Amino acid sequence: MAGVGSACLAVGLLTALYAAGASLYGARAGGPAWVTSGRRAIYATAGLMIAAVAILQSAFLRSDFHYAIVAEGSSTDTPTFYKAAAMWATQDGSLLLWAFLLSLFSSAVLFLTRRSLREIAPYATAVLGVVAAFFLLLMVAWENPFNTLAHPPAEGAGLNPLLRHPAMMIHPPMLYTGYVGFAIPFAFCVGALITRNTGADWIRATRRFALIAWTFLGTGIMLGALWSYTELGWGGYWAWDPVENASLMPWLLGTALLHSIMVQEKRGMLRIWNASLVCATFVFALIGTFLVRSGILDSIHAFGASTIGTQFLVFIGIVVAFSVVLVLSRLPDLRSEARLDSLLSRESFFLLNNLVLVGLALVIMWGTFFPLISEALTGQKASVGPPWFDRLTVPLALVLVLLSGIGPVLAWRRVTLSGLRRVLVAPLVFTLVALVALLALTNASDSPASLAMFCFVAFVLSSVAQEFLRGAAARRVATGEPWPRALLRLAGRNRRRYGGYLVHAGIAVLFLGVAASSAFHDQRDVRLSPGQTFHTGDYALTYRKPTAKLGGDRAGTGAPISLGAVLDVRKGKQRFTLHPSRNYYPTQDPTQGVIGRYFNGEANSEVDVRWGLKRDFWLAIRPDIGSLQKPIAEANRRFPTASSDVQALVIAALTERYRKNPPPAAFRAIVSPLVLWIWIGGAIAVLGALIAVWPAPEARLRRVRSLYAAKLGRELSRA
Amino acid sequence: MEYGLALILLATVVVVVVAMPFRRPGQAEAHEDVVRAQLEAAKEAKYREIRDAELDHRMGKLSERDWREVDRELRGEAIEILRQLDRLE
Repeated sequence: MAGVGSACLAVGLLTALYAAGASLYGARAGGPAWVTSGRRAIYATAGLMIAAVAILQSAFLRSDFHYAIVAEGSSTDTPTFYKAAAMWATQDGSLLLWAFLLSLFSSAVLFLTRRSLREIAPYATAVLGVVAAFFLLLMVAWENPFNTLAHPPAEGAGLNPLLRHPAMMIHPPMLYTGYVGFAIPFAFCVGALITRNTGADWIRATRRFALIAWTFLGTGIMLGALWSYTELGWGGYWAWDPVENASLMPWLLGTALLHSIMVQEKRGMLRIWNASLVCATFVFALIGTFLVRSGILDSIHAFGASTIGTQFLVFIGIVVAFSVVLVLSRLPDLRSEARLDSLLSRESFFLLNNLVLVGLALVIMWGTFFPLISEALTGQKASVGPPWFDRLTVPLALVLVLLSGIGPVLAWRRVTLSGLRRVLVAPLVFTLVALVALLALTNASDSPASLAMFCFVAFVLSSVAQEFLRGAAARRVATGEPWPRALLRLAGRNRRRYGGYLVHAGIAVLFLGVAASSAFHDQRDVRLSPGQTFHTGDYALTYRKPTAKLGGDRAGTGAPISLGAVLDVRKGKQRFTLHPSRNYYPTQDPTQGVIGRYFNGEANSEVDVRWGLKRDFWLAIRPDIGSLQKPIAEANRRFPTASSDVQALVIAALTERYRKNPPPAAFRAIVSPLVLWIWIGGAIAVLGALIAVWPAPEARLRRVRSLYAAKLGRELSRA
Repeated sequence: MEYGLALILLATVVVVVVAMPFRRPGQAEAHEDVVRAQLEAAKEAKYREIRDAELDHRMGKLSERDWREVDRELRGEAIEILRQLDRLE
């Protein structure tokens, strides 16, 4: 079936190129049949990509090592759950995922706009076709996931142990869906600029796709942070790593875009800004993919060096040059229809929030690419660390959170001073009460930045709560509904507005967790022997006993060896047990010997976390297997051709030896306040985004009615 | 062999799919329908703006005077869209 997969890619490439060519010809020559044909070519590309993904997934699930990608990224002992995710752990597999998702998104948007945007849609089809063709060309010419091996190995190398985590199963598809989703507004923006239809029609048609992309990208970032916290063994969730930053930059620009397109939709303003922002967001989505795959920057997330960095750079360069020329050539058509009525208006605060978001993205971009910049200027690769990022991003994040509390309470066009006073009094009073409580009851004043963040979070939450309550009260006056129904109906009938407010509340909660956990966490690194106790914060930990498991590790990652510990934790009357461990995965390196390859391959921590709403207790172990190296070498020498049963017996004896005579193990314990709220806040934000993106029932009904009206009108005119 | 056969088969299927509009050109949407759909979308957006402004007023964010001014402007724009829709009938 590998030949069928390769054929899907080759035909997909030609079909995507045809889609671009036919759509352009149809738009220029006025041939609707060509335009429809181009659109159908995108549907056909999606069909081919679905077939290609199905063939490859089937190969992974069957552990068919004829496929080079399966032999490199999977093995027979990889759990089925992770076999299904192994495709996107490889470079060629992730390129296929990109093309697959792009073809699905493109088909969806072109199907939904088939009866509208007649002038713009053909050009959008052409852009989407070209982007799909680029990714297909990469696979056909350089990174074919359907390459086969003449002599397939009996066993595969296995999935990278770091990726054997439930969050990793969905983190890459989420990120890629986000990246891909931003191609849709870009394509329609290009179409709007080429045809000089720079009104709000294309925004109305693609806004929902931008929001979906933003939601997926945000979810992917949150899952990546969760993976980092629970899998990487260093105890943090964000390290300002280039690949993390690469996903954050388009998300920040996408956030700015979602706000500024509202200004264009409602007031006809910020057209140049929006066109530039759409292009920049897509370019950064491409850069995000490029950074993960190019290997040009050192990252814990960049899996393997790439052979397609140059091609990516050329494509990004073409997209940037094309976008700049297009926007500059259309400046006269992008003039605003209106001016700012007042500085005290929602649109002026949206503009301010856009400046802060873009500023944040620029700061992160500078810090991310600094190693390349310094190498180009000085010949030496220097990098800026987390303190540099923290110093510059924390003030901007504070302003951003504050603005996210002010924006919802302001009306469009203008707000009078008395109106402003009326809507700000309650949130300001609540914030003041929160400040006094924090100063009196906690040590929050030890970190002024965190204290400010806590206050701003209180301000955002109270202003959002006020919006819901005032809205429900206004509805109650008009309808006499009870409070719960008024609240539900209010949010249900104004999903975009109240979904958005919920997103603001979620992001504020997320920042609460970030501020508390980064400023007030307590970390200790110790070496302990069984029976020893150490203290961190108010907790006392006793290393009760070591553990050694063969197969069946706690996290179900398929690790053959897992060494760990049982620790008793006490805090006053509270008692619980933690079981951190470290999994060892075999290497294919023959120099390690038949037994040594099981101990000296890749290893990673299985952190044990005691989650809590107030604080988490996080614990990782690094067992010292140095004492086993001598018996391992001896076993390698004595059993060089041992059968797998004998190997299992020897490994069991060695691990038992570790369990009975354990050397001191290294532990890292972290007590982190409110860290769980990062993901609770993220979940609230995702819920808000889903509410905002879901069409209101009335709107769906009206759409159906209008379709029937159109049909009726057509039939009457024929009669 | 497998690759060649698959290539021919898949290419044939794709050609059939993309060539269909040339055999049935009547399937293309009438220009009026496209314009109508765009106007309907614009009408929905304008109605939403009117509702938003009214909600802002009822919540005390917009003064009576500002709301009346904004509302009049928005309704004027909505009427213009409705007129364009009427002209299509």
